[in-house]
Amino acid sequence: MDFLTVTQSLLEGFAVTCLLFLLTLILAIPLGLLIAFCTMSKISAVKGTFKVIVWAIRGVPLMLQLFIVYYLPGMLSPTGLNPFGRLDNFLYFNLGIDNGGALIATLIAFVINYAAYFSEIFRGGIESISKGQYEAGQVLGMTKRQIFFKVVLMQVVKRIIPPMSNEIITLVKDTALARVIGVIEIIKVADMFASKAIIWPLFYTGAFYLVFVGLLSVLFNFIEKKLSYYKV
Amino acid sequence: MAFLEVKDLRKNFGDTNVLKGVSFEMNKGEVVSVIGSSGNGKTTLLRCLNFLETPDGGLITVDGAQIFPVETTNKKKSQCNARFGMVFQNFNLFPQYDALENVTLAMNLRVENELKERKIKGAEKKRLRKEAKEKNEELAKSLLSRVGLADKMANYPCELSGGQQQRVAIARALAMSPDILCFDEPTSALDPELTGEVLKVIKGLIDEGRTIIIVTHEMGFARNVSDKIIFMANGVIEEIGTPEQIFDHPKSENTKAFLAKADEQI
Ligand SMILES: Nc1ncnc2c1ncn2[C@@H]1O[C@H](COP(=O)(O)OP(=O)(O)OP(=O)(O)O)[C@@H](O)[C@H]1O
Ligand SMILES: [Mg+2]
Repeated sequence: MDFLTVTQSLLEGFAVTCLLFLLTLILAIPLGLLIAFCTMSKISAVKGTFKVIVWAIRGVPLMLQLFIVYYLPGMLSPTGLNPFGRLDNFLYFNLGIDNGGALIATLIAFVINYAAYFSEIFRGGIESISKGQYEAGQVLGMTKRQIFFKVVLMQVVKRIIPPMSNEIITLVKDTALARVIGVIEIIKVADMFASKAIIWPLFYTGAFYLVFVGLLSVLFNFIEKKLSYYKV
Repeated sequence: MAFLEVKDLRKNFGDTNVLKGVSFEMNKGEVVSVIGSSGNGKTTLLRCLNFLETPDGGLITVDGAQIFPVETTNKKKSQCNARFGMVFQNFNLFPQYDALENVTLAMNLRVENELKERKIKGAEKKRLRKEAKEKNEELAKSLLSRVGLADKMANYPCELSGGQQQRVAIARALAMSPDILCFDEPTSALDPELTGEVLKVIKGLIDEGRTIIIVTHEMGFARNVSDKIIFMANGVIEEIGTPEQIFDHPKSENTKAFLAKADEQI
């Protein structure tokens, strides 16, 4: 098997990896913010409920959450059919997308899991902003919403970039878990070569991750530099 | 009727009665200094006036309008806030904005609120917003020049000295054109050599005839600039009077003891 063919196959798998990464990131950030607000809620029932949810999500392996999201709805449905399996068929026959159901199940599990982690980072960031910032906004007649978006948010952003970059880099590599419910991401592709006794593509995948994480690191450094004009 | 009337103002934090019935009045253009030892409720008094704390009882009226107690919807609250301005001990500037933006931010947001309230949309909104922003920037520039920071408008708080930061905070408070400007120990967080520049700015405001309440440990300054001195002890106004009455002829033993101690420190 020549290098170019393998590279091309791996790239196809890596596209799925990247898609999973990007969609998870885009959806988990707003959901995480929402969860963060719920865990800081003044209503103790809301606060308690969401603290328990965050604890449960952070306390169970992501792989197990993948299995739960993928299999549980089918087990609970009266027909006993896995809805993601049906989604697979639907997407394949209507849009020609392969394995779409599994990808969506993965996305659901990832978004929930990462939103829980992000929410704790957001909460920490928001709670670290001094009371004086809110009070200054208040005596200047700003509304609560204005204080959050115009005063607090950018300070929180600056504070959470280092822990967020950690989580985001972890997410890149966690996408490899998706193969356990049949998503054909890059390692799964390499594994298919391995089952034909061609092992080296498995090692070759490392290069893809390294380049991607390298680019992300450059991006985070850039953002940190961009925000270095103020101190919080 | 006095411009500001505070009657029997009370505030508890749990079991601690911090303000146990504070009453005083002040006229427009007057300067009132609040003195007293630590923990006697001076900051709490200012915070109640600025709605940073909700009093547990009492009455506050400004210019004949009762502002506490009042039905507090958010909107009303922010309208009331416009009557008071507050300069904090530790500045509380917004770190991500430069000096000019710190001053214009709240003005511009107030414009947004007004546009929303008047349900103005589209091109008209854009035009009015642009006009207001330009006007606000002009005002902010003139305020910053007045506090001596004409050459620091583009600097971020982390690039300014404590004294400069506090002067930006003063300009920021002035921008909202409050009826009454409150200072809570505006120089306490500053190195001694920087207090002078801030006190000079405050003196300038006083000479303009602004209505000012200032909590301070700078006895000399309080004596020089105030129309009235309030001496607070144990959550009440122990003594109130002209600087001469309080500093030269204090009646209460508590006041005498406090002033003697303050003298010692100098
Ligand atoms: N949020 C709060 N919760 C509980 N107690 C408080 C709170 N704020 C103030 N206090 C208490 O109220 C009392 C008065 O505090 P305050 O800050 O008004 O005093 P102060 O006269 O300004 O003192 P200082 O000269 O040290 O600034 C203190 O005993 C303080 O511990
Ligand atoms: Mg105080």
